[in-house]
Amino acid sequence: MATPLLQVDDLAVSFHTRNGIVRAVRNISFQVNRGETLGIVGESGSGKSVCCYSLLRLLPMPPGRIESGKAIFDGSMDLLSASIRDLNKVRGKRISMIFQDPMTSLNPYLKVGQQIMEPLLIHGSTTKAAARAQAIEMLKSVGIHDGEQRMEAYPHQFSGGMRQRVMIAMALITKPDLLIADEPTTALDVTVQAQILELIKKMQGELGTAVIFISHDMGVVAGFCDRVNVMYAGKIVESAGTQKIFEEPQHPYNKALQKSIPSLQQKGKELFTIEGLPPDLAGDLRGCPFAPRCAYAVDYCRRDPVELLETRPGHYSACLRVQRKEITLQS
Amino acid sequence: MNPFLQIRELKTHFPISKGIIFQREVGKVKAVDGVNLELQQGEILGLVGESGCGKSTLGRSILHIIRPTSGQVLLDGVNLTLLEPEALRSARKDFQMIFQDPYATLNPRMTVYDTLAEAFRAHFKVKGNAIKAEVVQLLGKVGLPASALNKYPHEFSGGQRQRIAIARALAVKPKLIVADEPVSALDVSVQAQIINLLAKLCRELGLTLIFISHDLSVVKHIADRVAVMYLGKIVELGPAVTVVERPLMPYTKALVSAVPIPDPVLEKSRKRMLLTGDPPSPINPPSGCPFRTRCPYAIEKCAQVVPPLEDFGTQFAACIRIREIQGLESVGSSRAG
Repeated sequence: MATPLLQVDDLAVSFHTRNGIVRAVRNISFQVNRGETLGIVGESGSGKSVCCYSLLRLLPMPPGRIESGKAIFDGSMDLLSASIRDLNKVRGKRISMIFQDPMTSLNPYLKVGQQIMEPLLIHGSTTKAAARAQAIEMLKSVGIHDGEQRMEAYPHQFSGGMRQRVMIAMALITKPDLLIADEPTTALDVTVQAQILELIKKMQGELGTAVIFISHDMGVVAGFCDRVNVMYAGKIVESAGTQKIFEEPQHPYNKALQKSIPSLQQKGKELFTIEGLPPDLAGDLRGCPFAPRCAYAVDYCRRDPVELLETRPGHYSACLRVQRKEITLQS
Repeated sequence: MNPFLQIRELKTHFPISKGIIFQREVGKVKAVDGVNLELQQGEILGLVGESGCGKSTLGRSILHIIRPTSGQVLLDGVNLTLLEPEALRSARKDFQMIFQDPYATLNPRMTVYDTLAEAFRAHFKVKGNAIKAEVVQLLGKVGLPASALNKYPHEFSGGQRQRIAIARALAVKPKLIVADEPVSALDVSVQAQIINLLAKLCRELGLTLIFISHDLSVVKHIADRVAVMYLGKIVELGPAVTVVERPLMPYTKALVSAVPIPDPVLEKSRKRMLLTGDPPSPINPPSGCPFRTRCPYAIEKCAQVVPPLEDFGTQFAACIRIREIQGLESVGSSRAG
């Protein structure tokens, strides 16, 4: 079997705050294969963004600290222990990132063209003229046709959707192997969101880039991702192909999450809700983190340690009761 | 019977001025541009549209948080537009607002008790213990324990804060509530709790609710009727299920088809109606139909006539080509079949 593009093992990230240690990501492992789209879904505070930020070491440290883990990129380089110099050769070139809010992630003082060319000029051996030509070409492929003039514009002269296009152009201009997209469409309207998702898909097809797609929106993930990791309280609680995640949920949290989405398909009397709140991540959690809110929880769920295990071929779940085949969650 | 809330030709325009000393008006942002609406008592109306379409401004203009430029708002027979500031203030106990971000709209230095008691004190002549009893009862209504009384907003999660904001709006026993994206800042599982709560309260208290949202699936779930806005105008209006399942206006169609469905098989199989570009600026809206610049069905005539909101039996829609388009589509689908 070919080595995966990114192999993350036992990653743990915590924040050392005045009020104690918050363990945001709790020993998770996953992999990303070449060219695939991996979705990471979860509610706020589940650790999905922290996990990806730590891969590129973009977390403010301190208070953040990577406690353990490895992230082997392309079979050779450990992103978490590499020197900053080595890391800088990779990030922005072979791994790029798009953020949620395109206004705060573009520099308002610099012309858009300059910002798109920057990754090429920093990493590449291209001349400025070549970089410029490439940037205009890139703007065209993200749907900004008057690239020549738009290169000279400043970010505030663009709308939200256009800015996100600029971000995508900037991220993909170096033809990266991996694109990390952190809620890239959350700040956008649905009609623009549909455009941007279509665009990322198209670019992915052209460049063969693998994508880690972080989202809280199960609907977006359903249409966009090949595989999905569901995160809860800093842990991956379920992982499988997209279709299986939706059709054969193997973790009560995943099932409950799907049931609580108001859907266009049906108008129910009352929405299903998950009672209670996610656990406080300061300190240790005994047993399954979802147990206090789980309709299926029994005594040993609150006591015994849980691991992510394969419960069906290619389908991983961190539910003790599913693992012991005591419950089935088919809808 | 007269409708409970009547909105007639409501317009809210914001002037754009230039110049430092001699300010002159160089244009207008037509945020709300001629809206007519009628609501029955106890009805839930969903107001949807993209950002910048004027849905929040409309909500605020109805409550006179922003004074509308022209037009009338009649609540239970009282013309709010004509009220003097003093009279308007005392009328405000009949209508309240819930905002999107419960982090920003609760005063961080006031306890829950202070926040809720302030509303009572402002409008009713009640004192001390009586207020406390009312506040505790109010907390119960929104599903918070009495122990929350002496806590500060930062001690609560987003969903709980939204419950406090709802309690504050309910404190003065309003008849009309405008909720401006009340669940957009919340996670899905918490969002469901708040939607259920709002629906329950409306049922129990007979509240009339205008629910502003950009999320069609949420609106379809909670609302009786839906109004779709585009560039300051209502372009489609009808029963929630009808509008979402069988939209007439091309814009609503595009909006519905852009909503992601949490089902990978359906999601991959369905045909999207992708719009190009962004909504045009409300400073200089296109002539004729505001949607024509992005509409795949637009013809020359669309630039000349401003389409009226026409009655199509099941719903109202503003498009001059609806009958033609429907004809085209039924031909298309019979061919495909």
